[in-house]
Amino acid sequence: MSLTPDLRHAVADLYAAYAACLDDGRYEEWPAFFTADGWYRVVARENFDRDLPLSVISLKGRPMMVDRVVGITSTIFHAPYYQRHIVGLPVLAVADDATIHASVNYAVFRTKRDMAAEIYNVGQYIDKIDFEDGKLKFKKKFCVYDNDLIPNSMIYPI
Amino acid sequence: MSANGQAASDGVTRPAWRDEGSSRIPSAVYTDRSIYDRELERIFYGPHWSYVGLEIEVPEAGCFKRTSVGERSVIMIRNRKGEINVLENRCAHRAMRFCQERTGQVKTLVCPYHQWNYNHDGKLLGVPFRNGVKGNGGMPDDFRLEDNGLNRLQVAVRNGVVFACFDSAVEPLEDYLGEDILASFDRTFDGRELVLLGYSRQRIPGNWKLMMENIKDPYHPGLLHTWFVTFGLWRADNDSRLRMDRHHRHAAMISRRSSQVTGNVAEGVTSFRANMTLNEPLLLDIVHEPWWGDDTVCMTTVFPNVIFQQQVNSLSTRQIIPAGPGSFDFVWTHFGFADDDAEMTERRLRQANLFGPAGFVSADDGEVIEFSQDGLVQDKAFATMCELDGRGVGPTEHMVTETLIRGMYRYWREVMEL
Ligand code: FES
Ligand SMILES: [Fe+2]
Repeated sequence: MSLTPDLRHAVADLYAAYAACLDDGRYEEWPAFFTADGWYRVVARENFDRDLPLSVISLKGRPMMVDRVVGITSTIFHAPYYQRHIVGLPVLAVADDATIHASVNYAVFRTKRDMAAEIYNVGQYIDKIDFEDGKLKFKKKFCVYDNDLIPNSMIYPI
Repeated sequence: MSANGQAASDGVTRPAWRDEGSSRIPSAVYTDRSIYDRELERIFYGPHWSYVGLEIEVPEAGCFKRTSVGERSVIMIRNRKGEINVLENRCAHRAMRFCQERTGQVKTLVCPYHQWNYNHDGKLLGVPFRNGVKGNGGMPDDFRLEDNGLNRLQVAVRNGVVFACFDSAVEPLEDYLGEDILASFDRTFDGRELVLLGYSRQRIPGNWKLMMENIKDPYHPGLLHTWFVTFGLWRADNDSRLRMDRHHRHAAMISRRSSQVTGNVAEGVTSFRANMTLNEPLLLDIVHEPWWGDDTVCMTTVFPNVIFQQQVNSLSTRQIIPAGPGSFDFVWTHFGFADDDAEMTERRLRQANLFGPAGFVSADDGEVIEFSQDGLVQDKAFATMCELDGRGVGPTEHMVTETLIRGMYRYWREVMEL
């Protein structure tokens, strides 16, 4: 695999579609952005930099992601809010294992009812992207966030 | 002065309690600045032990961790003898909060402003230009290094857990905890070597005591938290017992998981989902550990600032750092044991999905605390109602009770004289 302009476009499309899915609140579609054995992880930079394994969310495989979606849509009580993702340009490389390694800056704004938008989560996606059934999917997606303190709770995926 | 009480000559608002009891807590207790300031003085800086960390966070000489006791920044640091000190992060020269890194390892502590230099015990080692330059300036003759060290707190270490206190009159930690709470503490921290798994930090816009109440409230988990009810982890019909110290300021909620749901617990509890199953059963892959005995859950609240969590295979300390009457930081430190195999570590990390700022059964606790604070702020004349199982205070063999909350406020009233 080499980073042809077409492939770069396809990766950019993947990020755009991922952000749109979350910002639109189409959570049921979210697990399909991952390979069947994909790993989704939201981790504080503090832990990531020190190789501490704890995550805020760590989901291995699509079934676990589906459970998370059930959790956020029907079991966890929380105030409703909108998310808006601003995703930067990916830095891409093809790794030895023929997957695409991507690192991408992101910022997520949160808007609660009766409130102005606020900066909610800022960090970097550190991702591994691979083809599954002819489509680009995340084999690994680490959301490594800089802001030490989560403003109260985190419900929806980043 | 607030709408709900009189400011006395000491400037502290007198909350309008309905009676001598502690089952109706007035809004001002959660929202009033003068009351909060007295809490800092009498509770956080008074004769109470505050949790500051785990010994494994500072494994070697010179390793430090910055944290807080109340609103005061402190540094937990290990000295060359292997002892742990807790030093106030406030330079003895001109007050600078000199330590800004969260963790690190240093030969000495140096305040960058004028390079005053302290050892791991907080002793001042030297100051630049003490004897002046070319015969000019310098410190007065009566300046003594010994008089200008860092503020050094009382420290208690028990089985790898570190507590600190500003007040030298504090009783020994074991007496402070009392027999029953010590037993639940020692159940987890029995001297085995711990392993640090990592941190989660959240800022919750609510009064710090609301978090203590939340973990002293065995009524809500089986109602608010669908996962707890549906998968039997915490339910009103589980075998359980509640214990307190003799002052009723600390508590232990101990319970056993059950797989059978009794009728009246499922009835009318809208969060119970009879048909809910997990797509990934590994999320609740619970493996019994010998040290548990029959109990699967033990939540210990140690007043004023820490909760020790054992929820099946997930272990954490949860530290409260107050930030004004309406906000606190909540710091989770997850850990395991040095003799855990890789599978157990993975299991603890997986079950951490239930606990923390995004946890299936704890994200909503932060939310309800925020909205409770909103309600208290909006109605200054309100008093909460904590009368499940009566108005008294005492241990129970069930969890349909708010006795632990009443216990904490009974103590709070004594120590606050409000
Ligand atoms: S304020 Fe620290 S050395 Fe001057
Ligand atoms: Fe809870």
